Amino acid sequence: MHELSITESILEIALRHAAEAEAEKITDIHLVIGKLSSIVDDSVQFYWDIVSDGTAAQGAVLHFRRVRIEIVCQACGESYHPEELDLSCPGCGSRDVRIVAGEEFRLEAIEVE
Amino acid sequence: MKERIPIVEKILSANDHIAAQNKSALDSAGVLGLNFMASPGAGKTSLIEHTIKKLKDRLKLAVVDGDVATSIDADRAAAAGAQSVQINTGGECHLDAIMLQGALSELHLEEIDLLIVENVGNLICPASFKLGTHKSVLIASVPEGDDKPYKYPGMYRGVEALVINKIDLLPYVEFDMEYFRQGVEILNPGLVTFPLSCRTDEGLDAYLAWVETEMEAHRRVVQ
Repeated sequence: MHELSITESILEIALRHAAEAEAEKITDIHLVIGKLSSIVDDSVQFYWDIVSDGTAAQGAVLHFRRVRIEIVCQACGESYHPEELDLSCPGCGSRDVRIVAGEEFRLEAIEVE
Repeated sequence: MKERIPIVEKILSANDHIAAQNKSALDSAGVLGLNFMASPGAGKTSLIEHTIKKLKDRLKLAVVDGDVATSIDADRAAAAGAQSVQINTGGECHLDAIMLQGALSELHLEEIDLLIVENVGNLICPASFKLGTHKSVLIASVPEGDDKPYKYPGMYRGVEALVINKIDLLPYVEFDMEYFRQGVEILNPGLVTFPLSCRTDEGLDAYLAWVETEMEAHRRVVQ
């Protein structure tokens, strides 16, 4: 579980951008997390309440946007969204594939007052 | 009044930035950095000891050891004949680029050819944090079970080489090599793999040859 250090990074980025915008309070934080990122939403929320305490982001609501896996087969060009672990192409069976979505792990936006 | 500020910043961008600095420090000293990751007890330290003993006449080695506590592993690396630095993470489940940066400052990089970073024993968290090493090596071991690629896909997807340690135990444990390798192939097609035993030395030569080949290739790139 490395959600603590990740939550601290989220706070640092959010506070930096809020300060640049001369905002007093951060009300909402929008995160984009791909399904291949091993991040547990509840755990981030748990740490968030602790690390944000006493900062301009205290009480901010975390919004998690989960991105499904998208893969493009390099052999036949098919694009697909695997639900299972097997990432190989359902069309031609090739394992020469490129992951185009699902590995995201970024802060998309903050809302401030 | 509420205002939305678009950001689009990678959450681990601070770590990635330090990792890039670590990589350029290694490159300018001509050092190849390998990140050894595994679950606890897979044999990371044993493999490092063998690597030091077999290659120390030809390469100058250093080891950075990450553990939650103690300096047992760094002491073993030093006893085998390498410069070593212990990082005690104090509870953190992985090494990150900032911890490695601190350890690099304690090493004489210009006197080193090969740096092995022994990450904290864990199959989840170390996969998410870049360190600035050039290649990641995963050490699996037979007693862990053949289902590990299926259970820890993030770790198996993000490495450049795989060691399967303790193959001398294959007759004694339930481990379907075909099933294991199939799981690896799904996640990381064509991954270079070295089945070996640190106890009997079986298979070690192929792994050591790979390390030396990578060292040569790295020298050509940075020169």
